[in-house]
Amino acid sequence: MKIHEYQAKEILRKYNVPVPGGEMATTLEEADTAAKSLFGAGNKVVVIKAQIHAGGRGKGGGVKLAKTLEEATAAAKAILGMQLVTHQTGPTGQKVQRLLIEEGSAIERELYLGLVLDRASAKVVFMASQSGGMEIEEVAHATPELIYKEYIDPAVGFAPYQARKLAFKLGLKTTQINDAVKFMTGLYKAFVDTDSTLMEINPFITTKDDKLLALDCKINFDDNAMFRHKDLKELRDLAEEDPLEVEASKFALNYIKLDGTIACMVNGAGLAMATMDIIQYAGGSAANFLDVGGGANQEQIENAFGILLSDPNVKAIFINIFGGILRVDVLAQGVVNAAKKLGVKIPIILRLEGTNVEEGRKILADSGLNFQVGTTMKEAADLAVAAAKGGK
Amino acid sequence: MAVLVDKNTRLIVQGITGREGSFHAKACAEYGTKVVGGVTPGKGGTTHEGWPVFNTVEEAVKETGANVSVIFVPPPFAADGILEAAAADIPLVICITEGIPVLDMVKTWEFVKNSKSRLIGPNCPGVISPGKAKVGIMPGRIHKEGSVGIVSKSGTLTYEAVYQLTTRGIGQSTAIGIGGDPIIGTTHIDALKLLNEDPETEAIIMIGEIGGSAEEAAAKYIKEHVKKPVVGFIAGQTAPPGRRMGHAGAIISGGEGTAAEKMKAMSEAGITVVKSPSEIGDAMARVLGKN
Repeated sequence: MKIHEYQAKEILRKYNVPVPGGEMATTLEEADTAAKSLFGAGNKVVVIKAQIHAGGRGKGGGVKLAKTLEEATAAAKAILGMQLVTHQTGPTGQKVQRLLIEEGSAIERELYLGLVLDRASAKVVFMASQSGGMEIEEVAHATPELIYKEYIDPAVGFAPYQARKLAFKLGLKTTQINDAVKFMTGLYKAFVDTDSTLMEINPFITTKDDKLLALDCKINFDDNAMFRHKDLKELRDLAEEDPLEVEASKFALNYIKLDGTIACMVNGAGLAMATMDIIQYAGGSAANFLDVGGGANQEQIENAFGILLSDPNVKAIFINIFGGILRVDVLAQGVVNAAKKLGVKIPIILRLEGTNVEEGRKILADSGLNFQVGTTMKEAADLAVAAAKGGK
Repeated sequence: MAVLVDKNTRLIVQGITGREGSFHAKACAEYGTKVVGGVTPGKGGTTHEGWPVFNTVEEAVKETGANVSVIFVPPPFAADGILEAAAADIPLVICITEGIPVLDMVKTWEFVKNSKSRLIGPNCPGVISPGKAKVGIMPGRIHKEGSVGIVSKSGTLTYEAVYQLTTRGIGQSTAIGIGGDPIIGTTHIDALKLLNEDPETEAIIMIGEIGGSAEEAAAKYIKEHVKKPVVGFIAGQTAPPGRRMGHAGAIISGGEGTAAEKMKAMSEAGITVVKSPSEIGDAMARVLGKN
């Protein structure tokens, strides 16, 4: 689960990790009030930052500096409501519905700090780099030796000596080392307490008066751990997600919208990915990833159909089910009932395998609906691609 | 032979009185697996479907001589279940549960990797040695006893591969579902090592998916150590970056973990890599000279 920068900074504050003062605004009035109060407190510069769940906001025009209230108002007007396009949003961009109005900082150095799960070592790793403000992936690619790493023993936790090592490697001044240790220790505690899978401070800055600050912060939570974080769950911003994905999540359907024309309904994540692959291999493109899970019943199939049919690009539906525990005849009846109830007009191509497959195929054949059945994945994929092309 | 589970398997089910645990305990027993009991804290001393239920894994092992435990405990408690099994020195622990918080697994794995137990999973379908024993949720009847070993991150995609083999008359020695989570016990390499050393296994199917770099490491291992023919497939060739494709571990992030990289590494290691999931069976038939 992703959250906004302003929410991430709220979390950091609780762990005594220093962040610039600021306020979130959803309207121009709120933005004005926030800017006024920051200028009133003596700040020479105020920063207006678009809050969307994507990186690269600065380059896309979503971050502006203001030296007067008039400039702040103009910046807020320009950013709030804009369709912000970054390398992470896709070409259509993301509508900006929230702003962070923040005090400007006198930046001396821009560094990087990050906490992430390292799969190979099965440990959390603390990363630091002197190249702050740029994509860490680019740094990792070009100069991997310039990313310093400390692997954290889960039983011991993040030890102060590890923080000192990173702080010295970052070239911080001797007078900043203790603050840096507190900063990093706070970050690790926040990471563990909130069940995060990613926490990035980019840039992590030193100011001209030798202070350390988290100028930006990105946090991702572990979806699997949200059952024990009711408060963090509240931070979810549905406006940042695809509406169909939000709808699907209400039914516990694992759905990801894609750009193609063939909708897929599959049981199991691996088979669902493989189904997308074979569609492309057959010359088509998948409209989505959808794993209906192992215990799909008729209601769940109906829900899934509803989601798939809401996508206007869909020209055909490919159902690929390997019934292990799930009986194929039960599934086929579910598909027939759902298709009748929802009045599905576009071609449905099924590939069903598993227990009671013959009975299942008979149910489909006797239904009077426009079903095509492929006996293998390849045959079904070919049928689906042909149907999607013919439907244009 | 076969690896991990066979006629000598004595299985306990952690969470045997739950819906999933109960259902699959019966299915495993019907397949011929020797199920010797189960564990549900608070229900010790009772029986469930004829099996004795114990309060602790330690007690269950002492009373039944169990050497394998399969875990169907819900996600908030599953990591604790793994710890309990490992603390009781059970040689093989198979965790089916999907949705364990990853930081729970970080702590748990640190303990388990230094224990006497081998962990398979979590978030996996389990292990089957056709004709001998099934410990997991896979449909037993699609399997056929034989000599192809399978290691896979995905459940239903493994069934697909097994089915393609069986319908071509090719049997399997052992199919190992290692799971789709970012942190798992037995990795591709560990499973390959077992299958490579198993005299009954003549050839291997390796199924991976996007995310992480375990497949690249496995390819290197195969190049250096495995003389048996290997057929490979990677799911997620068309998956968009930055999105978690169902499995917690199936994500391309920062340009890493793409299917293209994995397939390249596997091809270079001499693995017969198929692009389409429908070609796994045919490729294996060709490799075995049965086509």
